[in-house]
Amino acid sequence: MSAANDITHADVLVVGAGPAGLAAATAAARHGCDVHVLDDNLAPGGQIWRASSVAANTQSTQPMSSREKAIAALHASGATLHCATRVFAAPANNVVDVLEQDEHGLRYTYRTLIVATGARELMLPFPGWTLPGVLGAGGLQALVRAGYSVAGKRVAVVGTGPLLIAVAAHLQEAGARVVLLAEQAGLRTMLPLAASMLLRFTKLRQGLHYAARLRGTPVRMGWWPVEAIADRGVLAGVRITNGSETRTIDCDLVATGFHLVPNSELAELLGCALAATPVGRRVLVDTYQRTTRADVFCVGEPTGIAGLDAALLQGEIAGLTAAGQPSTHLHARAAAERAFGKMLDRTFRLRKALRTLAAEDTILCRCEDASFAQVKACAGWTEAKLQTRCGMGPCQGRICGPATRVVFGWEPASVRPPLVPVPLHALISSTSHHEENL
Amino acid sequence: MHRYDLIIVGAGIIGAAVARECARSGLRVAIVEAGTPGGGITAAGMGHVVVMDDSPAQLALTAFSRGLWREESFPVSVEYASPGTIWIAADEEEMAEVFTKKETYARAGVHSQVLSAPALAALEPNLRAGLAGGLLVPEDGVMYPPAAAAYFLRQAKEWGAEMIAGRAARAGEGSVSLDGGLRLTARFVLLATGMDCALLPAMPLRMRKGHLVITDRYPGFVSHQLVELGYLKSAHKVAGDSVAFNVQPRQTGQLLIGSSRQYGSDTVAINQEILTRMLQRAEHYMPGLGAVSALRIWTGFRAATEDKLPLLGPAEGLSDDPTLWLAVGFEGLGYTHAPGAARLLADRLLGRASAMELEPFLPARLKGSAAGKALHA
Repeated sequence: MSAANDITHADVLVVGAGPAGLAAATAAARHGCDVHVLDDNLAPGGQIWRASSVAANTQSTQPMSSREKAIAALHASGATLHCATRVFAAPANNVVDVLEQDEHGLRYTYRTLIVATGARELMLPFPGWTLPGVLGAGGLQALVRAGYSVAGKRVAVVGTGPLLIAVAAHLQEAGARVVLLAEQAGLRTMLPLAASMLLRFTKLRQGLHYAARLRGTPVRMGWWPVEAIADRGVLAGVRITNGSETRTIDCDLVATGFHLVPNSELAELLGCALAATPVGRRVLVDTYQRTTRADVFCVGEPTGIAGLDAALLQGEIAGLTAAGQPSTHLHARAAAERAFGKMLDRTFRLRKALRTLAAEDTILCRCEDASFAQVKACAGWTEAKLQTRCGMGPCQGRICGPATRVVFGWEPASVRPPLVPVPLHALISSTSHHEENL
Repeated sequence: MHRYDLIIVGAGIIGAAVARECARSGLRVAIVEAGTPGGGITAAGMGHVVVMDDSPAQLALTAFSRGLWREESFPVSVEYASPGTIWIAADEEEMAEVFTKKETYARAGVHSQVLSAPALAALEPNLRAGLAGGLLVPEDGVMYPPAAAAYFLRQAKEWGAEMIAGRAARAGEGSVSLDGGLRLTARFVLLATGMDCALLPAMPLRMRKGHLVITDRYPGFVSHQLVELGYLKSAHKVAGDSVAFNVQPRQTGQLLIGSSRQYGSDTVAINQEILTRMLQRAEHYMPGLGAVSALRIWTGFRAATEDKLPLLGPAEGLSDDPTLWLAVGFEGLGYTHAPGAARLLADRLLGRASAMELEPFLPARLKGSAAGKALHA
C-alpha cells in the first residue's frame, strides 16, 4: 500500500453521518469548505435515521423523509461522504487514522474536526439479560430495518426514555405484538415533560403520532424488569415490578433500553474536556459547539443527550462556525433544545432499584463473561479490568463501562487507541507514513 | 504503634511474592501500596516465565525461579501454562547459536530441544517459510501477572501479612511514613517500587519503554511463546531503540504481540514509528498476523540496570541506611524472577542457607554507577 495515496486532507472533517454530522457537513460545505464525512455504517443517517433495507418500511414516512432530505442536502452541498470508515486513532494534532471497510488503514488530516459520534444504548445487567431474545431496543430496531422479521412475535419493551416509545411503535408497524411497554419512570415524574411538550408543536405532533400508533399497547409507567425468564433455554417471558408487586409477561423477545450514553470516546482521545454524567461522559462545548480544543467541535448526543432537533441545530451551528459564518440566529433554539434534553435526563433518571437487579451469577461483561459477583469484589474499574477482564473484550468496555458506572459508581479509565478493533496491517499502513508526513 | 519485621513498599508481583515468602517464613510483614495492587509494571508486561542466558547469574536466577513457578499449583485465574518457548533461528548463523544456547542451557540443567526447519514448521505452521529452525524450551511458562500478584497477596494475607493502602512519602531508618501522617516501623524496609525511584533517588535504574498489542481470540494460531533469536543476538543488546518478534498465546486464545525497547522516552504515549517497526517485524515472521484484529495497544516501562541484573538485598552502597533493602531493576524479567527473588531475599533476611548465591545481585555492585547518576541528575 503506498503511503502517499492514503492521506486525504479535509478542510473540515466530520466524524459521524447522523443528523448532527449531516447538518454540520452540509452547512460547512455550502459555505465553500472542502468537507469530508466519515461514518462507520454502510449508509448515512446514524442510529435514529438508520437506513431500512426492507422495502415495505420505507413508507414509515416521517423520519425517512427527513433523512432523505438531509442526505440529498449533503450531496448537493458538495461534501464527500465516506461510509464504512471508522476512526481508530488520533496519532497527532490534526491527524486521524481510519479503518475503511474493516480492512484498509487510511489517514486524514484536517483543519477543523467536527465530532458527531452519536450515542449508544445503556444496557443494565439483570438476571437473564444475556439470554438469546433479549436485545437492546435500538439494536432490535436496527435488526428489523435490516430485514429481521418480528411479524407475529410478542415483544416486551422495557427500560426508560423516549426511545422505547419510538421502538415500540416501529415494532408494532413491522407486525410485532408489543405485549408490554414498561417505563421505569413513574407517571408523576413524566408530568413536567408532558407539559413542556404541549408547548412545542413538533414534539407534540411526534408524541401524538406515536401515541396513535401505540393505541392498544399495554403501557405501564413506573414498572421495570427484574428478570428475563427462560423455558428450556428459550426466552419465555419477562418479570417486571413496580416495587410492590411483580408480574410475569409472556413474550418471545425483550427489548431493553435505559436511555442513552454519549459516544464521547473520540472526543476524549482528542483531548477535549468532558464532564461526567450519571451514565457516561459528555463533551463540554460552548454555544458555538467548540470543545476545549480549538480545532475540534462536537455536536449532537456526545454533548449531552438531547435528541434529533438539538442535533440538527448543533450540527448547523458547528458547520457555519467552521466555515466562518454567523450562527447566532440559531443559538436561542439550540439552547431551548438543550434545556429539553436536560428535562429528558431528569424525567428518565434511573431509579436506584435498577442498580441492584443483577444476581451474583449475572454476567456483567458479556465480552469476557465476567460475573456481577466477580466484578463486585474489585475495588474499582482498574482492578476489575486487571482481575476479571471486565471491559477488556472487543467492545472495549462500551457496554459494561456505563453499567459499572450506574451499578457501582465507578469511573471507567480513559480511552486509548485503537478505539475499535483494527487489523494489524491497517495499524502498520496507517502508522508507516508517519515519518514523511508529520 | 505498628511494628513489623518487614515493610514492603509496592504490591506488584515482586512485592507480593516477597510478602508471601516472608510471611510464611514467620516474619511480620506489611505491604504498602498506593494504587491498584499489580497495576504498575506488573500489568504492563507479557508474563513470560522464561530461562534467559545473557549472563551466568541471569541464567542461574531465571532457572531457579522457573523451577519455583513449576512447583506451584495455581488457581485458574493465574492462567499458568507451560506452552514452552521457541527461540526462532532465521538463518544458519542463528541456527549455530541454537546449538550454543542448547549447550548453555544443558549446563544449567535446563532441558531444551533443537528444532529443524520442518519440525519448527510443523509445530508453528503460521510462521513464514524459510526459517532455519529453532530451540524449544518446553518447560518455560506463561501466566497472567496481575492475577499472579493477586494470588501471592491473598496467600501473604493468609500467612498474616497486612495490606496497607496509602502512598509511602518516606521510607528508611526502620520506618515508612504515609501521606496523611501514618508512620509504620519495622526492622527492615524493602522497596519493590518498580520504576518509581522517589523513595531512593540513588537507585541506578533506567526506563526502557516497551509496546505491546493484544488481539482478539484466535485459538490455535500460535501454540508456543515465539521469540526470534535475534532478540538476544543483536537487537536488544544495543543501546538504542530496537524491536523483536515476540508472540505469546494466551489461554483465552488471544495473542500478545511484542516487543520493543526504547531508552529516553518517559511518556506512556504510543510511539508510532516503533509500533510500526514492531508490527512489521511480527508480520515478517508470521505473515498471517496482518489480518488479525488488534484490541488494545499499550506501553510500559522496564526498570533496567546497567548489567541487566536486578538489585536484590540491602541497599548498601546506594544508601547509608542499614534497614533499607531493594527488590527492583528486573527489566521485564520480574515475572520470571518473582518467586526466586522472594526466596533469596527471605533466606538472607532470616539467615537461612540459599539454593543459590545472592551476591551477583547485591545493589552494592552498582555503587557510583553512571546510569544512576545520569538518570536522576
